[in-house]
Amino acid sequence: MSRILATLEKRHALLAGGRAQRERLARVQLARTFEDALSSSGLLPLLATGVEILQINVGKRCNQTCRHCHVDAGPDRKEVMPRAVLEACLSFLERYRVPTLDITGGAPELHPDFREIVGRAADAGAHVIHRCNLTAILLPNYSDIPALLASRAVEIVASLPYFQARETDTQRGEGVFAESIEALHLLNSLGYGTGGDLRLNLVTNPVGTFLPGNQRELEAHWKHEMLRRYGVVFDNLYTITNMPISRFLDFLDERERTEEYLTRLANAYNPAAAAGVMCRNTLSVGYDGTLYDCDFNQMLDLPVESAVTRTIFDASMQQLAYRAIATGPHCFGCTAGAGSSCGGSVA
Amino acid sequence: MPHRTNYYDDADLARFGEIARGAPDLAKKFFDYYGAVFAEGALTTREKSLIALAVAHALQCPYCIDAYSKDALEKGSNIDQMTEAVHVACAIRGGSSLVHGVQMLNHADSLGM
Repeated sequence: MSRILATLEKRHALLAGGRAQRERLARVQLARTFEDALSSSGLLPLLATGVEILQINVGKRCNQTCRHCHVDAGPDRKEVMPRAVLEACLSFLERYRVPTLDITGGAPELHPDFREIVGRAADAGAHVIHRCNLTAILLPNYSDIPALLASRAVEIVASLPYFQARETDTQRGEGVFAESIEALHLLNSLGYGTGGDLRLNLVTNPVGTFLPGNQRELEAHWKHEMLRRYGVVFDNLYTITNMPISRFLDFLDERERTEEYLTRLANAYNPAAAAGVMCRNTLSVGYDGTLYDCDFNQMLDLPVESAVTRTIFDASMQQLAYRAIATGPHCFGCTAGAGSSCGGSVA
Repeated sequence: MPHRTNYYDDADLARFGEIARGAPDLAKKFFDYYGAVFAEGALTTREKSLIALAVAHALQCPYCIDAYSKDALEKGSNIDQMTEAVHVACAIRGGSSLVHGVQMLNHADSLGM
Protein backbone atom coordinates (compact mmCIF):
# COMPACT_ATOMS: atom_id res chain seq x y z
CA MET A 1 0.00 0.00 0.00
CA SER A 2 1.48 3.34 -1.05
CA ARG A 3 0.81 6.71 0.52
CA ILE A 4 0.89 8.67 -2.71
CA LEU A 5 -0.02 7.44 -6.18
CA ALA A 6 0.59 9.26 -9.44
CA THR A 7 -2.56 10.92 -10.75
CA LEU A 8 -4.08 9.85 -14.06
CA GLU A 9 -2.82 13.11 -15.51
CA LYS A 10 0.73 12.44 -14.33
CA ARG A 11 0.55 8.95 -15.83
CA HIS A 12 -0.85 10.36 -19.10
CA ALA A 13 -3.65 7.83 -18.70
CA LEU A 14 -6.36 7.61 -21.34
CA LEU A 15 -9.04 8.54 -18.83
CA ALA A 16 -7.25 11.67 -17.62
CA GLY A 17 -9.49 13.83 -19.81
CA GLY A 18 -13.20 14.49 -19.38
CA ARG A 19 -14.10 13.77 -23.00
CA ALA A 20 -12.36 10.37 -22.91
CA GLN A 21 -14.32 9.51 -19.76
CA ARG A 22 -17.62 10.50 -21.35
CA GLU A 23 -16.80 8.42 -24.42
CA ARG A 24 -15.96 5.45 -22.21
CA LEU A 25 -19.24 5.76 -20.31
CA ALA A 26 -21.18 6.11 -23.55
CA ARG A 27 -19.88 2.71 -24.68
CA VAL A 28 -21.62 0.96 -21.78
CA GLN A 29 -24.81 -0.66 -23.04
CA LEU A 30 -27.59 0.05 -20.55
CA ALA A 31 -31.23 -1.01 -20.76
CA ARG A 32 -32.20 2.68 -20.92
CA THR A 33 -30.48 6.02 -20.91
CA PHE A 34 -30.50 8.32 -17.90
CA GLU A 35 -32.68 10.70 -19.86
CA ASP A 36 -35.18 7.87 -20.52
CA ALA A 37 -35.22 7.15 -16.79
CA LEU A 38 -35.87 10.84 -16.04
CA SER A 39 -38.62 10.89 -18.64
CA SER A 40 -40.30 7.88 -17.03
CA SER A 41 -40.36 9.86 -13.77
CA GLY A 42 -41.71 13.03 -15.39
CA LEU A 43 -38.43 14.84 -14.68
CA LEU A 44 -37.18 15.48 -18.22
CA PRO A 45 -35.79 18.03 -18.76
CA LEU A 46 -34.21 18.07 -15.33
CA LEU A 47 -34.55 21.67 -14.20
CA ALA A 48 -32.73 23.56 -11.48
CA THR A 49 -34.89 24.96 -8.71
CA GLY A 50 -32.65 27.89 -7.85
CA VAL A 51 -29.10 28.48 -6.65
CA GLU A 52 -28.99 27.85 -2.93
CA ILE A 53 -25.43 26.54 -2.89
CA LEU A 54 -22.44 27.96 -4.72
CA GLN A 55 -19.86 25.20 -4.81
CA ILE A 56 -16.41 26.35 -5.81
CA ASN A 57 -13.65 23.94 -6.69
CA VAL A 58 -10.58 25.97 -5.74
CA GLY A 59 -8.09 23.59 -7.31
CA LYS A 60 -6.91 20.05 -7.79
CA ARG A 61 -3.93 20.10 -5.46
CA CYS A 62 -4.21 17.59 -2.65
CA ASN A 63 -1.89 15.89 -0.18
CA GLN A 64 -3.72 12.60 -0.77
CA THR A 65 -4.32 10.51 -3.89
CA CYS A 66 -7.42 8.47 -3.09
CA ARG A 67 -8.07 5.59 -5.44
CA HIS A 68 -11.68 6.63 -6.06
CA CYS A 69 -11.11 10.39 -6.51
CA HIS A 70 -13.38 11.83 -9.19
CA VAL A 71 -11.22 14.96 -9.38
CA ASP A 72 -7.95 13.07 -10.03
CA ALA A 73 -6.51 15.36 -7.39
CA GLY A 74 -3.02 14.94 -5.96
CA PRO A 75 0.25 16.64 -5.08
CA ASP A 76 1.31 16.73 -8.71
CA ARG A 77 -1.69 18.77 -9.88
CA LYS A 78 -1.03 22.44 -10.54
CA GLU A 79 -4.56 23.80 -11.06
CA VAL A 80 -5.37 26.53 -8.54
CA MET A 81 -8.26 28.99 -8.77
CA PRO A 82 -6.75 32.35 -9.75
CA ARG A 83 -7.47 35.55 -7.87
CA ALA A 84 -9.77 36.96 -10.57
CA VAL A 85 -12.01 33.87 -10.52
CA LEU A 86 -12.11 33.91 -6.76
CA GLU A 87 -13.19 37.56 -6.73
CA ALA A 88 -15.93 36.81 -9.27
CA CYS A 89 -17.19 33.90 -7.13
CA LEU A 90 -17.33 36.02 -3.98
CA SER A 91 -18.97 38.86 -5.91
CA PHE A 92 -21.67 36.44 -7.19
CA LEU A 93 -22.19 35.14 -3.66
CA GLU A 94 -22.61 38.63 -2.27
CA ARG A 95 -24.65 40.08 -5.14
CA TYR A 96 -27.25 37.33 -5.11
CA ARG A 97 -27.05 36.55 -1.40
CA VAL A 98 -26.53 32.86 -2.10
CA PRO A 99 -27.17 31.16 1.27
CA THR A 100 -24.30 28.65 1.20
CA LEU A 101 -20.73 28.61 -0.07
CA ASP A 102 -19.40 25.05 -0.43
CA ILE A 103 -15.61 24.98 -0.80
CA THR A 104 -14.15 21.87 -2.38
CA GLY A 105 -11.03 20.75 -4.24
CA GLY A 106 -8.48 19.02 -4.06
CA ALA A 107 -7.72 19.96 -0.51
CA PRO A 108 -9.17 23.49 -0.30
CA GLU A 109 -6.81 24.46 2.53
CA LEU A 110 -3.91 24.30 0.09
CA HIS A 111 -5.30 27.28 -1.82
CA PRO A 112 -3.18 30.29 -0.81
CA ASP A 113 -6.30 32.42 -0.25
CA PHE A 114 -8.35 29.82 1.61
CA ARG A 115 -8.39 31.82 4.84
CA GLU A 116 -9.59 34.92 3.03
CA ILE A 117 -12.33 33.01 1.18
CA VAL A 118 -13.69 31.70 4.47
CA GLY A 119 -13.55 35.12 6.11
CA ARG A 120 -15.20 37.06 3.30
CA ALA A 121 -17.93 34.49 2.71
CA ALA A 122 -18.73 34.43 6.42
CA ASP A 123 -18.72 38.24 6.53
CA ALA A 124 -21.19 38.20 3.65
CA GLY A 125 -23.52 36.15 5.81
CA ALA A 126 -23.14 32.90 3.89
CA HIS A 127 -23.13 29.53 5.57
CA VAL A 128 -19.71 28.12 4.69
CA ILE A 129 -19.04 24.42 4.13
CA HIS A 130 -15.48 23.16 3.98
CA ARG A 131 -14.88 19.76 2.37
CA CYS A 132 -11.94 18.48 4.34
CA ASN A 133 -9.74 15.43 3.82
CA LEU A 134 -8.73 15.65 7.52
CA THR A 135 -4.98 15.25 6.99
CA ALA A 136 -4.33 18.62 5.29
CA ILE A 137 -5.11 20.50 8.50
CA LEU A 138 -2.24 18.63 10.18
CA LEU A 139 0.35 19.87 7.67
CA PRO A 140 2.92 22.27 9.22
CA ASN A 141 1.76 25.45 7.50
CA TYR A 142 -1.93 24.86 8.08
CA SER A 143 -2.17 24.35 11.83
CA ASP A 144 -4.10 27.62 12.22
CA ILE A 145 -6.91 26.42 9.96
CA PRO A 146 -9.01 24.45 12.50
CA ALA A 147 -9.27 27.42 14.88
CA LEU A 148 -10.11 29.73 11.98
CA LEU A 149 -12.89 27.39 10.86
CA ALA A 150 -14.24 27.24 14.39
CA SER A 151 -14.14 31.03 14.80
CA ARG A 152 -16.33 31.45 11.69
CA ALA A 153 -18.59 28.47 12.51
CA VAL A 154 -17.67 26.81 9.23
CA GLU A 155 -19.38 23.46 8.74
CA ILE A 156 -16.85 20.71 8.15
CA VAL A 157 -17.68 17.81 5.88
CA ALA A 158 -14.83 15.36 6.29
CA SER A 159 -14.05 12.29 4.23
CA LEU A 160 -13.52 9.03 6.08
CA PRO A 161 -14.37 5.89 4.11
CA TYR A 162 -14.50 3.56 7.11
CA PHE A 163 -13.97 3.42 10.86
CA GLN A 164 -10.94 1.15 10.57
CA ALA A 165 -7.43 1.69 9.23
CA ARG A 166 -7.38 -1.21 6.79
CA GLU A 167 -10.30 -0.03 4.67
CA THR A 168 -9.51 3.68 4.90
CA ASP A 169 -5.83 3.29 4.10
CA THR A 170 -6.60 0.97 1.19
CA GLN A 171 -8.56 3.77 -0.40
CA ARG A 172 -6.72 6.87 0.79
CA GLY A 173 -3.12 5.79 1.38
CA GLU A 174 -1.04 4.25 4.14
CA GLY A 175 -1.25 6.07 7.45
CA VAL A 176 -4.17 8.29 6.45
CA PHE A 177 -6.56 6.72 8.94
CA ALA A 178 -4.32 7.33 11.96
CA GLU A 179 -3.83 10.95 10.93
CA SER A 180 -7.57 11.33 10.31
CA ILE A 181 -8.31 10.21 13.87
CA GLU A 182 -5.72 12.68 15.15
CA ALA A 183 -7.45 15.45 13.17
CA LEU A 184 -10.87 14.41 14.48
CA HIS A 185 -9.59 14.57 18.06
CA LEU A 186 -8.32 18.07 17.32
CA LEU A 187 -11.66 19.14 15.85
CA ASN A 188 -13.56 17.60 18.77
CA SER A 189 -11.33 19.51 21.19
CA LEU A 190 -12.41 22.75 19.47
CA GLY A 191 -16.05 21.82 19.97
CA TYR A 192 -16.70 20.36 16.53
CA GLY A 193 -19.15 17.47 16.39
CA THR A 194 -20.30 17.85 19.96
CA GLY A 195 -23.90 18.78 19.13
CA GLY A 196 -23.49 22.57 19.12
CA ASP A 197 -23.09 25.08 16.31
CA LEU A 198 -19.80 23.64 15.09
CA ARG A 199 -21.02 20.97 12.73
CA LEU A 200 -18.75 18.06 11.90
CA ASN A 201 -20.16 15.62 9.37
CA LEU A 202 -18.34 12.57 8.10
CA VAL A 203 -18.61 11.20 4.59
CA THR A 204 -18.29 7.49 3.90
CA ASN A 205 -18.09 5.97 0.48
CA PRO A 206 -17.76 2.26 -0.27
CA VAL A 207 -14.23 0.83 -0.36
CA GLY A 208 -15.01 -1.17 -3.48
CA THR A 209 -17.51 -1.59 -6.27
CA PHE A 210 -20.59 -1.93 -4.10
CA LEU A 211 -23.21 0.66 -3.18
CA PRO A 212 -23.53 2.42 0.17
CA GLY A 213 -26.04 1.15 2.71
CA ASN A 214 -28.81 2.90 4.59
CA GLN A 215 -27.44 6.22 5.84
CA ARG A 216 -29.47 6.35 9.04
CA GLU A 217 -28.51 2.84 10.13
CA LEU A 218 -24.86 3.33 9.19
CA GLU A 219 -24.74 6.59 11.12
CA ALA A 220 -25.93 4.86 14.29
CA HIS A 221 -23.36 2.09 13.80
CA TRP A 222 -20.56 4.54 13.09
CA LYS A 223 -21.36 6.77 16.06
CA HIS A 224 -21.15 3.77 18.33
CA GLU A 225 -17.90 2.49 16.83
CA MET A 226 -16.13 5.86 16.54
CA LEU A 227 -16.86 6.64 20.17
CA ARG A 228 -16.05 3.15 21.46
CA ARG A 229 -12.84 2.71 19.52
CA TYR A 230 -11.40 6.22 19.31
CA GLY A 231 -13.44 8.52 21.54
CA VAL A 232 -14.51 10.55 18.48
CA VAL A 233 -17.90 12.23 18.15
CA PHE A 234 -19.51 13.77 15.08
CA ASP A 235 -22.91 15.09 14.00
CA ASN A 236 -24.00 13.31 10.82
CA LEU A 237 -22.75 10.56 8.58
CA TYR A 238 -23.28 11.07 4.86
CA THR A 239 -23.16 8.11 2.49
CA ILE A 240 -21.87 8.86 -0.99
CA THR A 241 -21.84 6.52 -3.96
CA ASN A 242 -18.55 6.14 -5.79
CA MET A 243 -19.03 7.92 -9.11
CA PRO A 244 -17.82 6.14 -12.25
CA ILE A 245 -15.58 9.07 -13.10
CA SER A 246 -11.84 9.62 -13.29
CA ARG A 247 -9.82 7.38 -10.94
CA PHE A 248 -12.78 5.22 -9.91
CA LEU A 249 -13.67 4.71 -13.56
CA ASP A 250 -10.05 3.77 -14.20
CA PHE A 251 -10.26 1.33 -11.27
CA LEU A 252 -13.49 -0.18 -12.65
CA ASP A 253 -11.89 -0.62 -16.07
CA GLU A 254 -8.83 -2.21 -14.49
CA ARG A 255 -11.10 -4.70 -12.71
CA GLU A 256 -13.28 -5.11 -15.83
CA ARG A 257 -16.31 -4.12 -13.79
CA THR A 258 -17.40 -0.91 -15.49
CA GLU A 259 -20.37 -2.48 -17.28
CA GLU A 260 -21.46 -4.35 -14.15
CA TYR A 261 -21.19 -1.25 -11.96
CA LEU A 262 -23.04 1.06 -14.36
CA THR A 263 -25.76 -1.55 -14.82
CA ARG A 264 -26.13 -1.84 -11.07
CA LEU A 265 -26.46 1.93 -10.71
CA ALA A 266 -28.98 2.09 -13.56
CA ASN A 267 -31.04 -0.80 -12.19
CA ALA A 268 -31.17 0.93 -8.80
CA TYR A 269 -32.61 4.15 -10.32
CA ASN A 270 -34.92 5.77 -7.78
CA PRO A 271 -37.28 8.53 -9.00
CA ALA A 272 -37.42 10.07 -5.52
CA ALA A 273 -33.63 10.33 -5.50
CA ALA A 274 -33.70 11.85 -9.00
CA ALA A 275 -36.13 14.52 -7.84
CA GLY A 276 -33.74 15.50 -5.03
CA VAL A 277 -30.38 15.52 -6.81
CA MET A 278 -28.05 18.25 -5.60
CA CYS A 279 -27.48 19.81 -9.03
CA ARG A 280 -31.00 21.22 -8.85
CA ASN A 281 -30.05 23.76 -6.16
CA THR A 282 -26.29 23.99 -6.68
CA LEU A 283 -24.07 25.90 -9.06
CA SER A 284 -20.56 24.53 -9.44
CA VAL A 285 -17.58 26.67 -10.44
CA GLY A 286 -14.37 25.20 -11.83
CA TYR A 287 -10.95 26.53 -10.87
CA ASP A 288 -10.84 28.48 -14.15
CA GLY A 289 -14.29 30.03 -13.64
CA THR A 290 -16.28 27.74 -15.93
CA LEU A 291 -19.78 26.98 -14.66
CA TYR A 292 -21.09 23.45 -14.21
CA ASP A 293 -24.19 21.81 -12.79
CA CYS A 294 -22.10 19.76 -10.36
CA ASP A 295 -18.53 18.80 -9.48
CA PHE A 296 -18.92 15.54 -11.42
CA ASN A 297 -19.91 17.28 -14.64
CA GLN A 298 -16.95 19.55 -14.01
CA MET A 299 -14.54 16.64 -14.12
CA LEU A 300 -16.21 15.34 -17.29
CA ASP A 301 -15.79 18.74 -19.01
CA LEU A 302 -19.57 19.01 -19.26
CA PRO A 303 -20.39 22.70 -18.60
CA VAL A 304 -23.81 24.26 -18.07
CA GLU A 305 -25.91 24.26 -21.22
CA SER A 306 -26.77 27.95 -21.02
CA ALA A 307 -26.03 29.66 -24.29
CA VAL A 308 -25.34 32.95 -22.56
CA THR A 309 -23.74 32.25 -19.24
CA ARG A 310 -20.74 29.94 -19.32
CA THR A 311 -18.37 31.42 -16.74
CA ILE A 312 -18.64 33.05 -13.33
CA PHE A 313 -17.53 36.33 -14.95
CA ASP A 314 -20.78 36.67 -16.89
CA ALA A 315 -22.95 34.62 -14.52
CA SER A 316 -26.53 35.80 -14.39
CA MET A 317 -28.84 34.39 -11.75
CA GLN A 318 -31.74 34.91 -14.12
CA GLN A 319 -30.05 32.66 -16.66
CA LEU A 320 -28.92 30.03 -14.20
CA ALA A 321 -31.55 29.66 -11.50
CA TYR A 322 -33.96 27.48 -13.46
CA ARG A 323 -31.61 26.16 -16.12
CA ALA A 324 -31.88 22.72 -17.71
CA ILE A 325 -29.20 20.46 -16.26
CA ALA A 326 -26.70 18.61 -18.44
CA THR A 327 -26.97 14.86 -17.80
CA GLY A 328 -25.31 11.60 -18.83
CA PRO A 329 -24.98 7.99 -17.76
CA HIS A 330 -22.79 8.98 -14.80
CA CYS A 331 -25.88 10.64 -13.28
CA PHE A 332 -27.19 7.18 -12.37
CA GLY A 333 -24.58 7.40 -9.58
CA CYS A 334 -26.62 10.12 -7.86
CA THR A 335 -30.01 8.44 -8.32
CA ALA A 336 -29.21 4.85 -7.30
CA GLY A 337 -31.01 3.55 -4.23
CA ALA A 338 -31.41 6.27 -1.65
CA GLY A 339 -29.45 8.62 -3.89
CA SER A 340 -26.15 10.37 -3.34
CA SER A 341 -25.08 13.96 -3.00
CA CYS A 342 -22.52 16.12 -1.26
CA GLY A 343 -24.95 16.00 1.66
CA GLY A 344 -25.36 12.24 1.57
CA SER A 345 -28.47 10.30 0.56
CA VAL A 346 -31.41 12.30 -0.74
CA ALA A 347 -34.40 9.93 -0.69
CA MET B 1 -32.10 -23.59 -24.03
CA PRO B 2 -28.32 -23.09 -24.54
CA HIS B 3 -25.89 -25.69 -23.24
CA ARG B 4 -24.70 -24.82 -19.76
CA THR B 5 -21.14 -25.62 -18.81
CA ASN B 6 -21.60 -24.90 -15.12
CA TYR B 7 -24.39 -26.09 -12.87
CA TYR B 8 -24.26 -22.76 -11.01
CA ASP B 9 -24.09 -19.52 -12.97
CA ASP B 10 -23.81 -16.24 -11.05
CA ALA B 11 -26.03 -14.53 -13.64
CA ASP B 12 -28.87 -16.79 -12.50
CA LEU B 13 -29.12 -14.98 -9.18
CA ALA B 14 -30.71 -12.00 -10.92
CA ARG B 15 -33.28 -14.39 -12.41
CA PHE B 16 -34.56 -15.52 -8.99
CA GLY B 17 -37.88 -13.77 -9.64
CA GLU B 18 -38.52 -16.07 -12.59
CA ILE B 19 -39.49 -18.76 -10.10
CA ALA B 20 -42.90 -17.05 -10.16
CA ARG B 21 -43.47 -18.50 -13.62
CA GLY B 22 -45.06 -21.42 -11.80
CA ALA B 23 -47.21 -21.09 -8.68
CA PRO B 24 -47.02 -17.27 -8.75
CA ASP B 25 -49.13 -16.88 -5.62
CA LEU B 26 -46.63 -18.88 -3.61
CA ALA B 27 -43.73 -16.89 -5.07
CA LYS B 28 -45.42 -13.64 -4.10
CA LYS B 29 -46.00 -14.86 -0.58
CA PHE B 30 -42.38 -15.98 -0.32
CA PHE B 31 -40.89 -12.73 -1.62
CA ASP B 32 -43.17 -10.61 0.54
CA TYR B 33 -42.16 -12.67 3.54
CA TYR B 34 -38.48 -12.50 2.54
CA GLY B 35 -38.64 -8.73 2.32
CA ALA B 36 -40.34 -8.46 5.69
CA VAL B 37 -37.77 -10.75 7.33
CA PHE B 38 -34.88 -8.54 6.24
CA ALA B 39 -36.52 -5.24 7.17
CA GLU B 40 -35.18 -3.43 10.23
CA GLY B 41 -36.81 -4.73 13.38
CA ALA B 42 -35.49 -5.84 16.75
CA LEU B 43 -32.32 -6.59 14.79
CA THR B 44 -30.70 -4.07 12.46
CA THR B 45 -30.51 -4.85 8.76
CA ARG B 46 -26.73 -5.10 9.17
CA GLU B 47 -27.08 -7.79 11.85
CA LYS B 48 -29.58 -9.69 9.71
CA SER B 49 -27.23 -9.52 6.76
CA LEU B 50 -24.43 -11.06 8.83
CA ILE B 51 -26.75 -13.86 9.98
CA ALA B 52 -27.72 -14.48 6.35
CA LEU B 53 -24.05 -14.58 5.39
CA ALA B 54 -23.35 -17.19 8.07
CA VAL B 55 -26.33 -19.30 7.05
CA ALA B 56 -25.28 -19.03 3.41
CA HIS B 57 -21.96 -20.59 4.33
CA ALA B 58 -23.56 -23.28 6.46
CA LEU B 59 -25.77 -24.18 3.49
CA GLN B 60 -22.93 -23.52 1.04
CA CYS B 61 -25.31 -21.80 -1.34
CA PRO B 62 -23.20 -19.95 -3.95
CA TYR B 63 -25.99 -17.53 -4.79
CA CYS B 64 -26.51 -16.60 -1.15
CA ILE B 65 -22.76 -16.23 -0.55
CA ASP B 66 -22.51 -13.85 -3.53
CA ALA B 67 -25.56 -11.89 -2.46
CA TYR B 68 -24.77 -11.55 1.22
CA SER B 69 -21.05 -10.89 0.84
CA LYS B 70 -22.01 -7.81 -1.16
CA ASP B 71 -24.96 -7.00 1.07
CA ALA B 72 -22.90 -7.21 4.26
CA LEU B 73 -20.33 -4.78 2.83
CA GLU B 74 -23.09 -2.41 1.73
CA LYS B 75 -24.62 -2.57 5.18
CA GLY B 76 -21.31 -1.39 6.62
CA SER B 77 -19.77 -4.61 7.88
CA ASN B 78 -16.08 -5.25 7.44
CA ILE B 79 -13.98 -8.30 6.62
CA ASP B 80 -13.29 -9.06 10.30
CA GLN B 81 -16.99 -9.09 11.15
CA MET B 82 -17.91 -11.10 8.06
CA THR B 83 -15.17 -13.64 8.75
CA GLU B 84 -16.32 -14.00 12.35
CA ALA B 85 -19.84 -14.68 11.03
CA VAL B 86 -18.47 -17.43 8.80
CA HIS B 87 -16.59 -18.87 11.79
CA VAL B 88 -19.88 -18.97 13.69
CA ALA B 89 -21.35 -21.04 10.87
CA CYS B 90 -18.25 -23.24 10.89
CA ALA B 91 -18.37 -23.71 14.67
CA ILE B 92 -22.04 -24.65 14.62
CA ARG B 93 -21.55 -27.06 11.73
CA GLY B 94 -18.53 -28.67 13.41
CA GLY B 95 -20.14 -28.58 16.82
CA SER B 96 -23.35 -30.14 15.55
CA SER B 97 -21.35 -33.08 14.25
CA LEU B 98 -19.34 -33.42 17.41
CA VAL B 99 -22.26 -33.09 19.81
CA HIS B 100 -23.86 -36.07 18.04
CA GLY B 101 -20.94 -37.99 19.46
CA VAL B 102 -22.99 -38.07 22.64
CA GLN B 103 -25.56 -40.14 20.71
CA MET B 104 -22.72 -42.40 19.74
CA LEU B 105 -21.67 -42.68 23.36
CA ASN B 106 -25.26 -43.42 24.41
CA HIS B 107 -25.47 -46.26 21.92
CA ALA B 108 -22.04 -47.55 22.80
CA ASP B 109 -22.92 -47.45 26.49
CA SER B 110 -26.20 -49.28 25.91
CA LEU B 111 -24.58 -51.92 23.73
CA GLY B 112 -21.50 -52.46 25.83
CA MET B 113 -21.06 -54.25 29.09
